[in-house]
Amino acid sequence: MTRKLILSSPLLEITISRLCQELIENQIDGTETVILGLQPRGIYFAERIAAELSKHLENPPALGKIDATFYRDDFRRGDPLSPNSTEIPFLVENKRVILVDDVLATGRMVRAAMDALNAFGRPAKVELCVLIDRIYSRDLPIHPDYVGKNVNTLTTEKVLVEWTEQGHEADKIWLITQ
Amino acid sequence: MLTSPHLLGIKDLDAESIDLIVKTAKEFKEVLNRPIKKVPSLRDVTIANVFFENSTRTRLSFELAEKRLSADTINFSASGSSVKKGETLLDTVNNILAMKVDMIVMRHASPGAPHYLAKHIKANIINAGDGTHEHPTQALLDTYSLREKFGDLAGKKIAIIGDILHSRVALSNIYALKKQGAEVRLCGPSTLIPKHIQSLGVEVSHDVKSTLAWCDAANVLRIQLERQQIKYFPSLREYAQTFGITRKMLDELPKEIVLMHPGPINRGVELSSDAADSPHSIILDQVENGVAIRMAVLYLLASRG
Repeated sequence: MTRKLILSSPLLEITISRLCQELIENQIDGTETVILGLQPRGIYFAERIAAELSKHLENPPALGKIDATFYRDDFRRGDPLSPNSTEIPFLVENKRVILVDDVLATGRMVRAAMDALNAFGRPAKVELCVLIDRIYSRDLPIHPDYVGKNVNTLTTEKVLVEWTEQGHEADKIWLITQ
Repeated sequence: MLTSPHLLGIKDLDAESIDLIVKTAKEFKEVLNRPIKKVPSLRDVTIANVFFENSTRTRLSFELAEKRLSADTINFSASGSSVKKGETLLDTVNNILAMKVDMIVMRHASPGAPHYLAKHIKANIINAGDGTHEHPTQALLDTYSLREKFGDLAGKKIAIIGDILHSRVALSNIYALKKQGAEVRLCGPSTLIPKHIQSLGVEVSHDVKSTLAWCDAANVLRIQLERQQIKYFPSLREYAQTFGITRKMLDELPKEIVLMHPGPINRGVELSSDAADSPHSIILDQVENGVAIRMAVLYLLASRG
């Protein structure tokens, strides 16, 4: 097994800052936009995005977490799935929702998250922001609106994201080859 | 992951499994507060609710939990069925399973009935109460409700008051509370407390006032007249005088305690109306949590594939 570093500080901060500029350029604001981090690992990236946006916007979008475990398409088809917490302390009805995840690969989690989101109301618009896009791994017709970095990967490879919030020394994103 | 494909009793459940069920139920309670209270997880699962004994709360609670998980459900009750024509338990259940059912939720008057079934059939079995033996989902929802109030149960003092002898809720709760490190005291007339129950590591008292003063939470049980073939105490009036809990008794305690009851309540016997409806009471929270706990149990058993 080999691991190759594909993104780390200070380039990571620049990437997050650039994504936030793109979001601001697309006219997000706190009254009609909300940010939802995808459990379990997208929440750290979502927190970074929300923190960066609050530096630039007077009225930054509210931040929540959404867990899509109960909507996954592989339940009873492999290992047992344990749920994580969902915290959406605001209404999503008629809002512009930015779904945030760390890595986009098959798109199946995003599909599940969109189903989960519908249980809370009918958003006006749903957009997707990811840190890493494994562009050739998609199983579903899902395309991100905001991408930190595109990565070409084989099915035998994995992208691992380490955040300091999880207890790691530094934020690092690795490409792991089995 | 749960270690067993069945939930037959708390006796066979370890502390980690209890934690897993409670943690999963917490997420389902959040689901139950969404505008759309339904998830598609169990859409390819069929569940039969097989009730050989009467039930209101448990049966409705299981049925709602199944529907919230998108499972298909069928209901069976012994009255008006072929059981009256002499069909055996195994034949009845095997006939239900022949209709491609994945899980069985069963209540039966005979202790051990679900354990017997588990040995002979392939479906997941959930015990919804077997005679005077166990009622595991009730103990789990009691655990969940207590943890909502206290956080960790280690060192907490829980009293179980009433007809312990005939109560499956009492036995399942004793197992659950001891596994989580709580102290348990049973209180009731000596005729309604099983001999040698102390071997489970519980204290026994016959004085309800001192028991209420000792405990952090009191789980009050109903007198199960339908299971009593002989007289265990002179009259219901005398029982209510000696072991009944009133609002006045709760107000006179040095600290506020939590009052629980698995239902159905016999108002004026084990609990006076003003006690049952007092702010101490979390009886209706227990019912709400029951759906979340049953969703968690069904989800975790189904996830074993």
